[in-house]
Amino acid sequence: MIIFIVRRLGIMALTMVVVSVTLFLLLEFTPGNVATKVLGPYSSEEQRTLWLEAHGYFEPLWVRYFSWLGNFVTGDFGESVRFKVPVAEVLWPRLWNTVVLGFWVFAVMIPLSLLLGVLAGMREGSALDRSISITSIITTSIPEFASAVFLAAIFVFWLGLLPGTSTMTGGFDWWQLVLPVMVLVIYDFGYVARMTRASMAEVMTTPYIRTAILKGLPYRHVIMRHALRNALIAPFTVIMLQINWLLSGVIVVEFFFAYKGFGALLLEASLNQDIYLIEACAMVAVFVAAATQTLADVGYTYLNPRIRFS
Amino acid sequence: MTDLVDALDTRGMVSSAVRAVSFFKLLRESWVGMIGTGIIGFWVVIALLAPLIAPFDPNTPLQPFAKPLTEYVNGDGIFWLGTDHLGRDILSRVIWGSRTVLFYAPLATASAYFVGILMGLAAGYYRGRVDEFLSFLANVILSFPVLVLYILVITTIGSSGINIVIAITFASAPGIMRIVRGLVLDLRNRDYVAAAQTRGESSWYIMLVEILPNARGPLIVDTCLRLGYVVITIGVLGFLGLGLPPPAPDWGGMINEARSIALAFPHMTVIPCIAISSLVLGFNLLADGLREISLRD
Repeated sequence: MIIFIVRRLGIMALTMVVVSVTLFLLLEFTPGNVATKVLGPYSSEEQRTLWLEAHGYFEPLWVRYFSWLGNFVTGDFGESVRFKVPVAEVLWPRLWNTVVLGFWVFAVMIPLSLLLGVLAGMREGSALDRSISITSIITTSIPEFASAVFLAAIFVFWLGLLPGTSTMTGGFDWWQLVLPVMVLVIYDFGYVARMTRASMAEVMTTPYIRTAILKGLPYRHVIMRHALRNALIAPFTVIMLQINWLLSGVIVVEFFFAYKGFGALLLEASLNQDIYLIEACAMVAVFVAAATQTLADVGYTYLNPRIRFS
Repeated sequence: MTDLVDALDTRGMVSSAVRAVSFFKLLRESWVGMIGTGIIGFWVVIALLAPLIAPFDPNTPLQPFAKPLTEYVNGDGIFWLGTDHLGRDILSRVIWGSRTVLFYAPLATASAYFVGILMGLAAGYYRGRVDEFLSFLANVILSFPVLVLYILVITTIGSSGINIVIAITFASAPGIMRIVRGLVLDLRNRDYVAAAQTRGESSWYIMLVEILPNARGPLIVDTCLRLGYVVITIGVLGFLGLGLPPPAPDWGGMINEARSIALAFPHMTVIPCIAISSLVLGFNLLADGLREISLRD
């Protein structure tokens, strides 16, 4: 197990290096634009050149990369050209906001999708199964920006119940969190529900469930005690991987509702070619991807006794 | 010998023709797949007949901020779905916009499949170093938030139709590669592959002629799902202002342009959103129908 985790850490470090080099190279194609973005469209050529020189853009690529890398590993993420403050100062509060948003999405989505998935998979092909499956196909077909538009039209324009933006400028406001959470849950629950359904349906066909039913155990008892234990192993992995998906899934929602989170920050950094901010955000993203993948694998072996004891 | 090869070839063609017929027959049995095919067919017809059925020119400013069902004051006709902030007819823009999405979505998907299949075949067939390298590359790209990849690629190379195709290929090929690699690892130990190897066929012949046709089942289902996903992606790029440059009628772009006034004039954003969602739903329903059929066999 320790070897496995060390190996994963090694792969993660290697991935981080490759990703950060790629980002440096990608942004290298259009160096002049950064100065235009920072100084505005009416700045003179001379001002831009001076700015680029002052910020070290004329040094060779590898010098800049290694100085960034050296600072990064010691915890100095550099300065954001967009916000004109150290990257860490904008990154962590924004990440925290997204954690809050993500927490509520999962708090609503997990019970809902597991319940629907188990109900659908219990009796494969039943009317309940068909309607849950069709509902989940429909909700996953509506892109986030579309359901945001629909929900805003209903709850903001028509009913006037909820605020249309979630800037949270006057402190934390529960009402502003409702629409972003709803949009993400609607888009995401169908996928987890379908995975749960498939896993549940598979367990229901196994001999041990048939034996339990045939020996006359109450149906509730068979489902709760026998089927669920095995049926919920696969959804655990899926849910862990959804954390990684959520990190980029929030970009559209945060942009739409002007919520000050990680996704909106990443979008703003990319649009403004704010290299150090992009690098820091990308490193967070790679870390989350590697961590959730490893947790999913470790959890899977732990939950499945056949692998645990072999 | 030549006769035998010819005979085998004809038989292959006949059997694939039979398969195509039975595919439609089976699809008829799955009403979910039928509805999906119907929705996609609807949009394809709209796209093909766009010049004939669009009531107005999609890019001419006529009468700004008209609500749905308003009559055109300075001429003939009714704005069935209203007009946008510049006074362009929304129905006509939605109709012409279907051409944009139905052109770029299949193109981008095909391009992603071309790259993904070649990578997956090589990784699964050669294994070893090639596999390790390609799989690592795929993992690196997949550990990125996809949308950021699109934004960086598009802001670097500029926004145009072809660049959307390049960005989508870059971001989706690794996912396709993983699927193909898994299928190839399973198929490469079959007898017909061993037979071809004994005959002395080249590796690429074996991969493309012997292995790939046998892996097509799961790939067809995945193609439908991915087409739906690419339609969403093109919409998201338009929505973020990175899609086709204006004034080209583009569903995502329509939402982006009207976003700031959407709370006063919801029809400007709701209508293109319905168009995108329905097309994605069509592809997802078709994929579900096909999956159901392939499981039944």
